[in-house]
Amino acid sequence: MSGRSHGWIRWFSLAAIAALFIAIGFLQMRIEAETRTAARQREELLLHSGPVLKRLSLGYDSLLGDIYWTRTVQYFGGRVGNPGEKFQLLWPLLDLTTTLDPKLIVAYRFGAIFLSEPMPTGADRSDLAVELVKRGVEANPNSWELSSDLGFLYYWHLKDYQKASAAYLQGSNIPNAPTWMKMMAAQVAEKGNSFSNSLAIWTELYDSTQDAKVKKNALVHLQSLRALQDTRELDKIAQQYHQQNGRYPASMKELYDRGLLQGIPRDPAGFPYAFGIDGKAELDPHSPIILPQPWESPSQ
Amino acid sequence: MSTPAIEIEGLTKDYPVGFWRPRLRRSLDHLTLRVEDGEIFGFLGPNGAGKTTTLKVLMSIIYPTSGTARVRGKSIDDVRMHREIGYLPEQPYFYDYLTARELLEYYARLFGFRAADRRERVTRFLERVGLADAGDLQLRKFSKGMLQRVGMAQAILHDPQVIFLDEPMSGLDPVGRREVRDIIHHLKREGRTVFFSTHILSDAEMLCDRVAVLVGGKLQGVGAPAEIVSMQVHAMEILFETQVGGALPNSLAKSATQIGGRYRVEVPEQQLYSALEELRSCGARILSVTPLRPTLEDYFFKLIARNKAVPQPEQAVSR
Amino acid sequence: MSAIPGIVAINTFREAVRDRVLYNLIVFALMMIGASILVGEISIGIDRLVIINLGLSAISIFGLVMAIFIGVGLVYKEMEKRTLYSVLAKPVRRWEFLVGKFGGLLLTLAVNTGFMTLGLAAALFYVSREFLRTDATILVAIYFILLELALVTAFALFFSCFSSPMLSTLFTLGIYVAGFFSADIRGIGTVTRSPAMQMTARVISYLLPNFRNFNIISAASHGDAIPFSLIWQNTAYAALYVALVLIAASSIFSGRNLK
Repeated sequence: MSGRSHGWIRWFSLAAIAALFIAIGFLQMRIEAETRTAARQREELLLHSGPVLKRLSLGYDSLLGDIYWTRTVQYFGGRVGNPGEKFQLLWPLLDLTTTLDPKLIVAYRFGAIFLSEPMPTGADRSDLAVELVKRGVEANPNSWELSSDLGFLYYWHLKDYQKASAAYLQGSNIPNAPTWMKMMAAQVAEKGNSFSNSLAIWTELYDSTQDAKVKKNALVHLQSLRALQDTRELDKIAQQYHQQNGRYPASMKELYDRGLLQGIPRDPAGFPYAFGIDGKAELDPHSPIILPQPWESPSQ
Repeated sequence: MSTPAIEIEGLTKDYPVGFWRPRLRRSLDHLTLRVEDGEIFGFLGPNGAGKTTTLKVLMSIIYPTSGTARVRGKSIDDVRMHREIGYLPEQPYFYDYLTARELLEYYARLFGFRAADRRERVTRFLERVGLADAGDLQLRKFSKGMLQRVGMAQAILHDPQVIFLDEPMSGLDPVGRREVRDIIHHLKREGRTVFFSTHILSDAEMLCDRVAVLVGGKLQGVGAPAEIVSMQVHAMEILFETQVGGALPNSLAKSATQIGGRYRVEVPEQQLYSALEELRSCGARILSVTPLRPTLEDYFFKLIARNKAVPQPEQAVSR
Repeated sequence: MSAIPGIVAINTFREAVRDRVLYNLIVFALMMIGASILVGEISIGIDRLVIINLGLSAISIFGLVMAIFIGVGLVYKEMEKRTLYSVLAKPVRRWEFLVGKFGGLLLTLAVNTGFMTLGLAAALFYVSREFLRTDATILVAIYFILLELALVTAFALFFSCFSSPMLSTLFTLGIYVAGFFSADIRGIGTVTRSPAMQMTARVISYLLPNFRNFNIISAASHGDAIPFSLIWQNTAYAALYVALVLIAASSIFSGRNLK
């Protein structure tokens, strides 16, 4: 081999380098798959103390906060759908993220939903969610969204309608806050848990968020609430029918033929409702919608 | 015809100079040269002529812009060629944390010599360059002259057929220079080829079978020292005394130099008799008439002067 | 196989030894002694944990610093001091020289790490009076650290072929940091909106040298078993990447006009 790099040696080197890069890329994927199964959790959070990490980061705390935020997203996304998943590290990760960068509003909003949602959707810790969002409200006095999230948490999970109303009221006084917040404060104080309130709150959440997962979750809740509303309406019609005819309707078509319905009603996912044995309206078995839990359902 | 020891064909080296719009400076311009086996060949030229550049190209320390070269039939691109050559760089730098012995052993190892062979060679060549006592001294403690000797030792310890020396006499006292000359003669007696660059012309005249003269990157002439200088026109030197109160002939007054009471003048060979006639008519007393053998130095200075008069062409970078 | 790289390597090692570079071992030994005495005061249960964590982290950091600071001068110094001239006049190919330099520094680092491991073992024995079978993970951790050092050395050597020691240090550190955070680069990619950015971040994150693969310090301190598959995968990764960097370095160095 000659000392000077002739043309073909250069090309050979380049080809070798390219081939090696490809091999390295694949090997890296294998290594990561390998270490995922091992106990990597320990290494994810070497330090649980936010303030300590903040001091250690030598002024680059908001960058580190961003990094921890992406790790939170990855952590969550990687575990969603695991049976029996408790998302145990979600709170510490969010805690660290927001300690490092207290102005990272997306993190608070994410935690508001997924810390409080019951399993398997979230960590089922509404108390931690409230703590997180309260911190967020304090650190970001100009964010009406966080006040709205606090109101949501009190209304939906903690069922404390006084505190919920207070949160909405406080948020409504922030400049640029939307006008519905004042109305919501009043409605919640007056009626507590109701269809209109729940629908309104989830709708506002759906509209105001930019996070795809949060949006999707809100949609699920909206659809579920509407479905509940629909089934209750249908139940009423069935009761009337029962009173008139001595038996419950066998199908929606029967009601339609009698002119009591304008069409075959469908749920928000597009699947038709049906009547069960005791005349209770039910969702189609193929429908992805799940009716709300009893504790979530408004009485009226 | 036997393979020449060194064959250089059209060797050219351009250097980019300047940062924003680099121009090319040509430090070697189509050098073509042939050195026969067993010759002592001198490579002459003033500083900056391109002598060291040529040697670096031959060693593949730098790469030529164009042209080829072969040593003992092998291209300079062939790493095996290096087995048959030795090289002493201009200002030898060696690993100063090693002793002389360790350095030579390291190089001997690179050639693949076995342990016993290595030891023997290192001892032998340390003696040959006069460093027998300093073998175990760390190189950082060596004087320049001692480093030069180590350099010579590492250039020849593997019995190469062609030895390249870049300014081997530089920095040496007369004793050291004589020792180098002796080594070079010895190498020639062993049938090896020596190619060395120098700007000390008297050394070249004494040692070399042939010389090449390089000025401004261009080859100016090649041949035996005698051949080169014989291209010059001979002059005659006249030493004379004027008569007391006498005047110099007008034609000679300008060129005559005075040393004590005597005058010295050089005239071209053709004008010798007319000059003598003028002196005779002035009544001057002729002391001696000597034909001047021009030296390599004269040739040299003429070339440099001629080269300075012609401005070096600078080329813009072509992409 | 050519013997030249080995010869150059031994010489490079000799230079490091004579340069008194290995004196850092004394600092390390003192540090380990001080730490073990201090740790003796802490309650039993985490004393081993602290010694192993501290010791391995120190070995890693010392090694990294050495790899970078010596590595960036490996070729540059020879070019500046022109000691390279007489070597290249010998039948030595440029890539052989480069591989030899790499091997020499790696040898130096290995010897250094070996001595430091002994120091760590001594400190560990001092605090806990015994060695557990799970301590074998410490040896694996040390091996991984050596793999990591080999890769860092290769990068330092690469930069040494064409830039000054100061710039080379910056570049090498830069690559180290970028490689260390490569997983996060991928993560940042997932929260951006443009799919092109996401793909770019993904590709980059897989191609950057993932130095975090080699860090099993916390596993060692907890005595976790390391699957054999990870060992050979990391070895293969280091070998492939070192080869890549050395090929690139050889390519650059072989074409270079020296001073």
